[in-house]
Amino acid sequence: MFYGIDIPSRLMLGTAGYPSPAILREAIAASGAGVITVSLRREGGEGAAFREILRASGCRILPNTAGCHTAREAVTTAQMAREVFGTSWIKLEVIGHADTLQPDPFALVEAARILCAEGFEVFPYATEDLIVGERLIEAGCRVLMPWGAPIGSGQGLRNIEGLRSMRAHFPDVPLVIDAGIGAPSQALQAMEMGFDAVLLNTAVAKALNPVAMAQAFGQAVAAGRIAHKAGLMPPRDMAAPSTPLFGLAELADAL
Amino acid sequence: MISVLGQGVAGLCAATTLAERGFAVEVIAPASAPAAASDLAGGMLAPFCEGESAPPVIVARGHGAADWWAARFAGVVRRGTLVLAAPRDQAELDRFARATAGHVTTDPGVLEPELAGRFARGLHFPTEAHMDPRAALGALRGALIARAVPFRGGPPRGRIVDCRGMGTAAHLPDLRAVRGEMIEVSVPDLRLTRTIRLLHPRFPCYIVPREGGRYMIGATMVESARTGGVTARAVMELLSAAYTVHPGFAEAEVIATGAGLRPAFADNIPAIRRDGARLHLNGLYRHGFLMAPALAADLADILTDEFAHAD
Repeated sequence: MFYGIDIPSRLMLGTAGYPSPAILREAIAASGAGVITVSLRREGGEGAAFREILRASGCRILPNTAGCHTAREAVTTAQMAREVFGTSWIKLEVIGHADTLQPDPFALVEAARILCAEGFEVFPYATEDLIVGERLIEAGCRVLMPWGAPIGSGQGLRNIEGLRSMRAHFPDVPLVIDAGIGAPSQALQAMEMGFDAVLLNTAVAKALNPVAMAQAFGQAVAAGRIAHKAGLMPPRDMAAPSTPLFGLAELADAL
Repeated sequence: MISVLGQGVAGLCAATTLAERGFAVEVIAPASAPAAASDLAGGMLAPFCEGESAPPVIVARGHGAADWWAARFAGVVRRGTLVLAAPRDQAELDRFARATAGHVTTDPGVLEPELAGRFARGLHFPTEAHMDPRAALGALRGALIARAVPFRGGPPRGRIVDCRGMGTAAHLPDLRAVRGEMIEVSVPDLRLTRTIRLLHPRFPCYIVPREGGRYMIGATMVESARTGGVTARAVMELLSAAYTVHPGFAEAEVIATGAGLRPAFADNIPAIRRDGARLHLNGLYRHGFLMAPALAADLADILTDEFAHAD
């Protein structure tokens, strides 16, 4: 549940960088995504035609503050997003470094505090740092979005142990792996680890066939979620035969 | 009589083909009409490179463009396209190679001596071409005037072929604007002879050489109908990309900047649409100079067919 809303699929899909809006629309449908994210910072009020296409997809929309570098910019963009889309959901992104696109945790917490007080339901894009996570929750966030790896890098879950700790540290907070996912196997892994959803964009948008890749991610996320709920067997540190050794014919003696 | 509305690349290619096929044509272009988006185009005739993100129909139908323009304009430069990436973005080059055809791997310094030692490898698309788009449009206009095709304001007198890009958005509700920003610089000391595309995960750019040491650097793609001048951010992105290609761009004189709205349909494929008796040739997106000749031929076929049946 994300702010009281249960979404049918645990895949959240970004909408930037597709070959065309028509292919984007097909990709959304093929992925079965429960949520799509949309940026506003650069497109501004005049980006209405593209947003209309997204609205027509029928998918729940999570506007984002991609491209914002200060808390103030992010707050203004969030306020505009609420007006444009009529939703209090906002994926809060405050970039700390233009090259690595790492989140700025200080500005993030500051912006989250302002937005939560204004009644926004904030999805903050953060790192797997536990203290930053606590501060965000203290600010009023009810969802956290740790990165897998830097945006657009396709490196997957770069700090698996750190993410495992975060999952254990916040057992009741919905956690969404946001950014850095390059392959369906990586999304599946995140879901197997018990994360509540995966958000990605480039891996689908820049695939040679975005629609087919969207479908692959949809299936991977669904499989990972089922596997997590089914209860994965723990890895063992030695080979474990599944049939008893006793009673097997001792063929060597027969020779 | 066919009345072509608009004198951007769509209108002039349509009028040219129709006039060449023997139709009586007029071009309706009031003095108050907004400047054509094609004035800001790169002028690349690069079907294979466009195939990186464009559907196969663009690649297939764009092939004839270089010959079409060369038959009507002396300034078509057929030296191919050179695609490069910074060392840390080599994965982009691999992806581009997989997404396109018609290229060979090359040593950029052999093709463009100014780039010697700067890039270990590049992709060369030898059959591609480029030209100065404004000069090319000037040549079409000159040839039409020489054929006594009138260019005028006022109400159209014939069958309407509407080629006004975003100017006709009210007739085409699914037409949207994709904003593009470009700059033009002058660097007489720098000698690049073919279109260079620099791949980057976020700020791809292309550099098209023009006469007299000028270069067109373009172009952003923003899902926005915002008018108004080029943004500082676009200038920063484009110039830093150009600087990555060659530090000589740091000494360039910026001689022009421009921002315009590309007309696009949802699939980003240019199309001819019927709207009652009006025919639209629109949605050229970023493929104007590449695709307008093919669409103009389609248009002439449609009208030839209609006129034949009307007899």
